[in-house]
Amino acid sequence: MTKRLVVAGYGMVAQRFLEAFAERAVPGWSVTVLAEEDRPAYDRVRLSAWFDDYDASALHLGGAPDGVAVRLNECVTGIDRERKVVRSASGETPYDALVLATGSRAFVPPIAGADLPGVFVYRTLDDLAALRDWAAADGKRVGAVLGGGLLGLEAANALKMLGITTHVVEFAPRLMPLQVDEGGGAVLRRHIEALGVTVHTGRGCAGLEGGDDGVTRMLFNDGGTLDVDVVVVAAGIRPRDELAEPAGLARGPRGGFAVDASCATADPAVWAIGECAALAVDSGDGVCYGLVAPGYAMAEVVADRLTGGDAAMTRPDTSTKLKLLGVDVASFGTPFAEGLDVVVTDQVTGVYAKLLLTDDAQTLLGGILVGDAAAYPTLRASLGGPLPAPPLALLAPAGEGGVKTELPGSAQVCSCHAVTKDHITDAIAGGCTDVPGLKACTKAGTGCGSCVPLLKQLLAAGGVAQSKALCEHFTYSRQELFDIIRVRGIRSFSELVREHGTGRGCDICKPAIASILAGLNNGYILDGEEAALQDTNDHFLANIQRDGTYSVVPRIPGGEITPDKLIVIGEVARDFGLYTKITGGQRIDLFGARVEQLPEIWHRLVDAGFESGHAYGKALRTVKSCVGSTWCRYGVQDSVGMAIELELRYRGLRAPHKLKSAVSGCARECAEARSKDFGIIATEKGWNLYVAGNGGFRPRHADLFLTDATTEELIRTIDRFLMYYIRTADRLQRTSTWLEAMDGGLDHLREVIVDDALGLCEELDAQMARHVGSYADEWRATLQDPQRLARFVSFVNAPGTPDPDITFEVERGQKIPAKGPVPVTLGGAS
Amino acid sequence: MTTAIMTGTWTAICAFDRLQPERGVAALVDGVQIAVFRTFDGELFAIGNRDPIAGAQVMSRGIVGTRGDTPTVASPLHKQVYDLRTGECLDVAGVAVPTYPVRRNGDLVEVGVDTP
Repeated sequence: MTKRLVVAGYGMVAQRFLEAFAERAVPGWSVTVLAEEDRPAYDRVRLSAWFDDYDASALHLGGAPDGVAVRLNECVTGIDRERKVVRSASGETPYDALVLATGSRAFVPPIAGADLPGVFVYRTLDDLAALRDWAAADGKRVGAVLGGGLLGLEAANALKMLGITTHVVEFAPRLMPLQVDEGGGAVLRRHIEALGVTVHTGRGCAGLEGGDDGVTRMLFNDGGTLDVDVVVVAAGIRPRDELAEPAGLARGPRGGFAVDASCATADPAVWAIGECAALAVDSGDGVCYGLVAPGYAMAEVVADRLTGGDAAMTRPDTSTKLKLLGVDVASFGTPFAEGLDVVVTDQVTGVYAKLLLTDDAQTLLGGILVGDAAAYPTLRASLGGPLPAPPLALLAPAGEGGVKTELPGSAQVCSCHAVTKDHITDAIAGGCTDVPGLKACTKAGTGCGSCVPLLKQLLAAGGVAQSKALCEHFTYSRQELFDIIRVRGIRSFSELVREHGTGRGCDICKPAIASILAGLNNGYILDGEEAALQDTNDHFLANIQRDGTYSVVPRIPGGEITPDKLIVIGEVARDFGLYTKITGGQRIDLFGARVEQLPEIWHRLVDAGFESGHAYGKALRTVKSCVGSTWCRYGVQDSVGMAIELELRYRGLRAPHKLKSAVSGCARECAEARSKDFGIIATEKGWNLYVAGNGGFRPRHADLFLTDATTEELIRTIDRFLMYYIRTADRLQRTSTWLEAMDGGLDHLREVIVDDALGLCEELDAQMARHVGSYADEWRATLQDPQRLARFVSFVNAPGTPDPDITFEVERGQKIPAKGPVPVTLGGAS
Repeated sequence: MTTAIMTGTWTAICAFDRLQPERGVAALVDGVQIAVFRTFDGELFAIGNRDPIAGAQVMSRGIVGTRGDTPTVASPLHKQVYDLRTGECLDVAGVAVPTYPVRRNGDLVEVGVDTP
């Protein structure tokens, strides 16, 4: 008979339990999960990431495994243990095994005014949405966060991102009192204050004042007051254990369902996991753990027990590493115990580190890192054992000294998934050659991700070298080839492959080298041998489509176009019967042009003043803009004018991959500049520059690089950013992955293109000046030269005959490729 | 220089100089679309112009190169690489394009299409 497993609550730990249970694939169970929220489990650890783009789907954890019945909006309200049923809004659900994963609720201290409008907690996506809606209303300027712990600092960051002047109020004498000591708290405080957040430590809130229109004032326990428009209470969490008492289940000393090391309550059919469980191990009192890693471990234990195993919890590791308001904070082991300590305080760079060792200095007990947590993975893995290097060497900034660390094989590298160094080295010996491979094989690095740097080190230590060869014809990377071509003054592919490669190239190296040559020589890309290097798109200066026709995209700088030019595009599209679509980059794409039609089409467009839009090239595509201060009542700068200036400056610039940009006229960011390779957002005083954003396959928000820059400073910096990218990126590497792979990341980029640490800037500037000075429209140049036009024929022996295989049908009033079946022909029939 | 046995007639398609080294052209011979390539060392190859995977007549617009000692062309649509000598796809087993006889006759390039 089928046994019924019911899970009460659907947060991260419940999700992990469902996955762990499904992985064991034990037949004979039906699984139901009852969720209080109206959405499946999401990543509450990264909750604040919602403020980056308000996209809840990015936090989605993948949903329940197949076969699990998920009932949303269906909070369990009671348990009848005698009849083995749970109650919820829609009635009763019977169980043979019940797993309680009800999580926590935010703790709101009993202060007057805590129920006023404008007072929020910070726990669920709904909480965040309510907070945003309130803070976005007119006149909301000042906010206070009650609680200077981990959650409080997250909430402070959220308020700051919402444009609110932010105060943090912490009753304890320092920030994050549970994780860091006095020294760490002081360094952390300086970091937070430098971001413009006012920190009040050693102060309690005595009450809140206000009315129906919302909270207006916070009263402190020392008699002081603060006028506020919004308050976030982040004073801790309490286990959701209200089901315990009516059901006769015991609670832990500080709440939570009392469970033993197997995560079972006194009733063997009822289990509790995650934050709602008061876990008693080593004959200690029941303790609730507000971290995801112990919750995951409990999920694994119960999944194992339900499927016949005998797994049990040990005392959970409460190590944490976080980035709070951009500041790395890590705490591991028992940093407050008695022992010998090593403390490093660098007030210049804002780094604090403390290691605690046993009295014989042989065993690492715990530690605290603030400002730089690079050593965290190594240190955490060394807990309970000897240090792999002298303490000060371990705490030295990354990249200095090159400390050799030797972890014991039993050291836990990934604490989220309990993966040891031995597991990793076995996987490497078994053929894993990169981080994604290790993730798939061992699960290491798929939780919080903090061990990924350690995985890379272990790969390197295992002798796995990633080949940087471009293809079989060159053993060099794109960057090395760029330098070879530049330094040796090589002018052609043949010269390069003869002296530095083998064979005659391929579809990988030829376009890459064409791009390098174009970037260094700034000439027409289709003359002489260079023509043979280009992909079909560059070869025909148009974008090939699935049926072998091409699409045409004239440049419309900044998305600004006169009615007359718009009419020309419409006339050309009509006369040549082209499918017409507005692109995401504020231009117009004309589809269905046969190769022999391209010159006629471009003749008309060039005559009307259009130029190539380089939609076919690994080159600058478009600089989008919002309408800016010219028309918009919110705009603070002329974003259209800036977008046009930038688009005209960088048009035709060949790069390792396509380049996209946008300019927004105010912080509302209508042009979506932060999803671009370089995005500009106007400020009252100038321009903010963001770099290395991306939409596409793997979206990434661009990083802030310049603040309140002048136009001159902005353009100079973009010039260098682009030229440094062109010089050093891999083939088909967008700026986002280029920056992420860069040693030293944003700081290194700043050193090179702002501080000129490598002495390169003059050269980068000169290179861009050559590009700007030598730009010529490729289509105009093509039309002026009969030899260049000769390639635009359907058939070399029948130039006027259209390809008879290209046929169209009509959909919504426009022509599209005929949708007949497209067979794959095997064996060579024509 | 020919890679298939010639049983039909030779048809001139263009002057040899019209072919750029390491690029192709399309020709229409008796209703058949043929892609003709000139490699770096002047050798000629002719294959079907139709990309058998995508179904479009585009092979003549691919990038010519080598894989090991094999002269190749890559489909411009999804970059599968074909052996210019045999028409075999080197990336997808069992896929091939037809090959045709091709020769240089004086200044002219000629291809042969079987006429049954």
